[in-house]
Amino acid sequence: MKRHLVSAADLTRDDALLVLDTAEELAQLSGRAVKKLPTLRGRTVVNLFFEDSTRTKTSFEVAEKRLSADVINFSAKGSSVSKGESLKDTALTLQAMGADAVVVRHHASGAPARLAQSDWLHGSVINAGDGTHEHPTQALLDAFTMRRHLNPGAGNDLAGRRVTIVGDILHSRVARSNVHLLTTLGAQVTFVAPPTLLPIGIENWPCEVSYDLESVLPKTDALMMLRVQRERMNAAFFPTEREYTRRYGVDGPRMSRLPEHAIVMHPGPMVRGMEITAEVADSPRCTVVEQVANGVSVRMAVLYLLLGGATLTDTPRTDSVESAK
Amino acid sequence: MTTYLIRNAQILGGAPQDLHLVDGAIAAIGTALDATADIEIDATGLIVLPGLVDLHTHLREPGREDAETVLTGTRAAAKGGFTAVHAMANTFPVADTAGVVEQVWRLGQESGYCDVQPVGAVTVGLEGKKLAELGAMHESAAGVRVFSDDGKCVDDAVMMRRALEYVKAFDGVVAQHAQEPRLTEGAQMNEGQVSGELGLGGWPAVAEEAIIARDVLLAAHVGSRLHICHVSTAGSVEIVRWAKAKGWDVTAEVTPHHLLLTDELVRSYDPVYKVNPPLRTAEDVQALRKALADGTIDAVATDHAPHPAEDKDCEWAVAAMGMVGLETALSVVQQTMVDTGLLNWEGVADRMSHRPARIGRLAGQGRPVSVGEPANLVLFDPAYRGAVNPDSFATRSRNTPYKGLDLPGRVHATFLRGTATVLAGELVEQGGLA
Repeated sequence: MKRHLVSAADLTRDDALLVLDTAEELAQLSGRAVKKLPTLRGRTVVNLFFEDSTRTKTSFEVAEKRLSADVINFSAKGSSVSKGESLKDTALTLQAMGADAVVVRHHASGAPARLAQSDWLHGSVINAGDGTHEHPTQALLDAFTMRRHLNPGAGNDLAGRRVTIVGDILHSRVARSNVHLLTTLGAQVTFVAPPTLLPIGIENWPCEVSYDLESVLPKTDALMMLRVQRERMNAAFFPTEREYTRRYGVDGPRMSRLPEHAIVMHPGPMVRGMEITAEVADSPRCTVVEQVANGVSVRMAVLYLLLGGATLTDTPRTDSVESAK
Repeated sequence: MTTYLIRNAQILGGAPQDLHLVDGAIAAIGTALDATADIEIDATGLIVLPGLVDLHTHLREPGREDAETVLTGTRAAAKGGFTAVHAMANTFPVADTAGVVEQVWRLGQESGYCDVQPVGAVTVGLEGKKLAELGAMHESAAGVRVFSDDGKCVDDAVMMRRALEYVKAFDGVVAQHAQEPRLTEGAQMNEGQVSGELGLGGWPAVAEEAIIARDVLLAAHVGSRLHICHVSTAGSVEIVRWAKAKGWDVTAEVTPHHLLLTDELVRSYDPVYKVNPPLRTAEDVQALRKALADGTIDAVATDHAPHPAEDKDCEWAVAAMGMVGLETALSVVQQTMVDTGLLNWEGVADRMSHRPARIGRLAGQGRPVSVGEPANLVLFDPAYRGAVNPDSFATRSRNTPYKGLDLPGRVHATFLRGTATVLAGELVEQGGLA
């Protein structure tokens, strides 16, 4: 694996499985009374968040602390960034402070790629969500969750599993990262959305596209619902929230059309009553809370593999927990 | 005045001949001319072209002298083989009054490197609300004939109609920046496969084509002259071709970068590739080359758009749009049009000098290379190969997409009415404000 994690497309199948398997081992920790490992002691990880994010930032912070890293939270609000400091100067500042890794969330697509390619920073860059581009650790935690339910076991992939992603694909970094990673792991991805919320050129993506949720449900092993942001309402992407819900939301009767083993996923935050009803959100088939817990394990694995001195491709899997102890 | 004897130069790529430049004009052309001059130049292997004319240059003065000034921009123009440039109106303040266009015109006169023909804004402040004083700008010392809100589209159909009609009184032309504003809100790059993958807001081809279609119909309706700036899509080419077939007075330009680069480059998220209109697809590039070759597109225009380093050394979304282009234009045209066999040097002279001068109604520019004509000339070495080095540029800015790229050809000398502005590839200091 490369030094950075900017795009899920950067991950080979072996890289991805190594992250998932490592995360599986690290997940054992959360059952212990003492949840910390000394792996990243003395290493500095900066959480550089230009965009509000409670869950992703908290998840990374927990992961970093469980690996004993020195954690610095650098949020755009209330810092020099809000006074007009450029991305470059912010990066140079973090570099001068000795950041070993920078976890970056940015409203502009490509900002983490810029940081990774520039000589402004020497540490690893981990993309925690950039604009409408990618959110690779979200895709990893989604794949981790799917594997646990649909094909559990170290070394297993998602070959042949059918994943349906429903909602605002056009503006979704989660959908973009997922289509890369899930395809790499052998899954078949179907996007379901009104045509207005699909990007131009989607016919060339490695996935199926449908405008009709009902017909796809019986052929789905994992149903992932995406949030539709309220600001899309004023831009004529769809007529009303009610119509969107009727055509593209999941409720009890629709959930019952899924195969019995299928799970319902959501990256959060959910808009109950819009894309998902309370009945589905609170049902045992819904993995939203589990995804949050898995997010910590997966992010620990990513930090461990990028910073623990091991590279993902040339490290035997058995090494991972050995050196972590 | 210094006299020059240019030995064995290939006029428009023809057989080697000598040129004698005296008192700002071409005094004689012939083989083994029996003449003497202050400076004799061995031009073996060099092509002679009429001085290039750019219809679309951003000189940034007044207002953004940190990016470019009339002086630095005209020095860059001379190094690129240009003897006349049209200075776009989107300065601060906007060139929407006789005062501003005269200031720019005067700065050009003082520079001595290249004629500067100011373009006047169509509407006050480029805001599209109220016609600027087009007549006053025409009657000023600057003698403006080309009007453009470039950077912004004259999107209001009535405003565009009135502008087209009004400038007929003094043989003016409206140069449209064709960009439907609603279809391009938040646009960051060409809308297509790559924008979808990168999650960058799309700038669809239809936003350009819809405006061009409307404007050629408007121009036909009111019987006016229309020029389309930086045509960038295959669909736009088809519309211009159709309008010309109808016999309507429509002309169009293409930039060097749209002849060479595609939106695949945006995958790097490096803002050096951010430009408006955006880089398009390989199919568009091929259609543009073909249209320039067959004359559907009349001219190559640089859209030279200098920006200070900080406006490009940042994330894509906040970066400024534009590329510098004066000093690489002829090399890019050689690579994309001449070396591909699409255009010979005569064709290059037509698309980069004769036709743009005619569209801008510039007397004394874009003239044939013949005895008695003003000595506005370029000597170009097409055999040269070398990597583009921005540090050698005369422009104040460095935002070139060609850094490190091997491009063919190099300007050896440029003459502005018989005065050398460039010799042996180096600028000749002109005194002036330098």
